[in-house]
Amino acid sequence: MKLVCINCPRGCHLIVEKEGDQIRVEGNACPRGVTYATNEMTNPLRTLTTTVPILSEDYRRLPVITSKPIPRDLQFEIIKALKDTKVKAPIHYGDVIVPDVLGLDSDIIASKTILK
Amino acid sequence: MDRYDLIIIGAGSAGMAAARGAYEAGIKDILVIEREKEYGGILQQCIHNGFGLHTFNEELSGPAYAERYYEYLKDKDSICFLYESSVLKIENHIVTVLSPQGEIEYEAKAVIFAAGCRERPAGAIGLKGDRCEGIYTAGTAQKYLNKSGYLVGKKVFILGSGDIGLIMARRMTLEGAKVIGVAELQPYSNGLARNIKQCLEDFNIPLYLSHTVEAVKGTSRLEKIILVEVDEKLQKIPGSEQEIPCDCLLLSVGLIPDNTLLEACGVRIDPKTKGPIVDDTYMTSIEGIFACGNALHVHDLVDYVSIEGEKAGRAAAAYILNETEDAPLHLNKTVDGISYVIPQSFRTNDDHEFMFRVNRVFKDSYIHIYGNGIDKKIKKTGIVPSEMQKVKLKKEELQELKGDLFWEVLS
Ligand SMILES: Cc1cc2nc3c(=O)[nH]c(=O)nc-3n(C[C@H](O)[C@H](O)[C@H](O)COP(=O)(O)OP(=O)(O)OC[C@H]3O[C@@H](n4cnc5c(N)ncnc54)[C@H](O)[C@@H]3O)c2cc1C
Ligand code: SF4
Repeated sequence: MKLVCINCPRGCHLIVEKEGDQIRVEGNACPRGVTYATNEMTNPLRTLTTTVPILSEDYRRLPVITSKPIPRDLQFEIIKALKDTKVKAPIHYGDVIVPDVLGLDSDIIASKTILK
Repeated sequence: MDRYDLIIIGAGSAGMAAARGAYEAGIKDILVIEREKEYGGILQQCIHNGFGLHTFNEELSGPAYAERYYEYLKDKDSICFLYESSVLKIENHIVTVLSPQGEIEYEAKAVIFAAGCRERPAGAIGLKGDRCEGIYTAGTAQKYLNKSGYLVGKKVFILGSGDIGLIMARRMTLEGAKVIGVAELQPYSNGLARNIKQCLEDFNIPLYLSHTVEAVKGTSRLEKIILVEVDEKLQKIPGSEQEIPCDCLLLSVGLIPDNTLLEACGVRIDPKTKGPIVDDTYMTSIEGIFACGNALHVHDLVDYVSIEGEKAGRAAAAYILNETEDAPLHLNKTVDGISYVIPQSFRTNDDHEFMFRVNRVFKDSYIHIYGNGIDKKIKKTGIVPSEMQKVKLKKEELQELKGDLFWEVLS
């Protein structure tokens, strides 16, 4: 099976073979490619970014990001869960906006500081 | 008139890096002029992750990369940032600025131009049909959505497989729009493989290679586009027309350095990069005026913009301090397969990292770099025009060179 590793801009083309319980990966330029391929075969993970409205003098949206990758197929679910989230300045880079979103052990955190 | 040692135009990643490079090299008296009300440039609207793996060993969002990079500059009191101020003219190291206080002139010993790039608009690709609403460049749509929360369309088609278009396909899908497809004129994609995967395939958005949008139709708002297939010569295949209903067309058909100000002051422009011609100190054809970042040539990765900006900053500092070594310049000349090489000229008294792009897709091939006194081949597997390439040549390899250096791809 062929996969493209999305863990860095290099985008290695991976050849993945299942041998019983083992997964053999070729074409990865670094070990992260193996972790990626293993996850992709069992539980594909993605980092999700979006924005939430912010009450501020200078800005209307606060960019946010998941603190840990979340299951690929739950991206829409998370966006939905954030629908009514509103924040107010000041917010600092790294502040937790929604802890443990949908119980996935990943926080939604601010990816920008907005002071006023 | 206020005087500074160094003026930097643009506070994007290139301008911030140039300020850091110059400061570290001993030039402290710096003015950075920025049109927007904050630093970061294009990074501020790129809320996706994918920035800074080289620089910070971590994948950050665009705004986070900007903020992390700015940390260094924050407490340097002699670096002044002038926001909401547009540079109107550069002439003899005098920079005319339109700021909230009115028109002001500043003079500097050196100027670094780091004003970024702009997107190719609809006019540049000869789109036929009705004049209607709903046609945006991908970057404009990105700015609306990520800064104002405004979605520019509900049923979207994207022309061009550049990364901004791919990133927007995912963003708009997640925010509730239906992205019908992406058309690419070339038989290969222009975006990173990872973006094809995580932005299109993850959401089952089709990519139509060797296809283009021939015409747009609609009375006031866009109602449909005509999608056509093209042959190897990029000519339309008759009878391949398909009508696709949609209310929004995004254009992701390329970026060009924003060189209007440089051209107006007489700097020589490279017809290939559309940015200025520079030597190995990033100096343009006008003494004391330097350029870096997307204003010099369009980059794919912010990390490389930061590295280039820091180099340009150090070089401008050396120029101001009169430390630039006097040595003859050699020209980089492109032969088959190479689109451009940066810098366009160089001295042989130092190691150099050259950046270049190929002009078509190559599988297994060699980059052949040769001239009187040098002959080098570097093996490459799978190179595409959309990925910038780098080659480092050591001083020892270059010092025998007489005359120009030639670059070609052997496949
Ligand atoms: C949409 C998009 C997505 C990208 N995605 C990625 C990615 O995932 N990963 C990655 O590593 N890289 C990515 N890049 C590449 C990288 O982020 C950019 O190439 C880089 O940030 C450009 O920096 P810059 O400083 O050259 O230009 P800019 O960020 O454009 O900065 C130029 C600055 O100059 C200012 N300016 C312009 N004209 C004037 C004037 N006349 N007077 C005063 N100020 C002026 C502008 O306001 C702006 O702030 C992406 C680029 C784009 C466009
Ligand atoms: S395998 Fe390593 S180098 Fe290759 S794309 Fe994945 S993370 Fe990047």
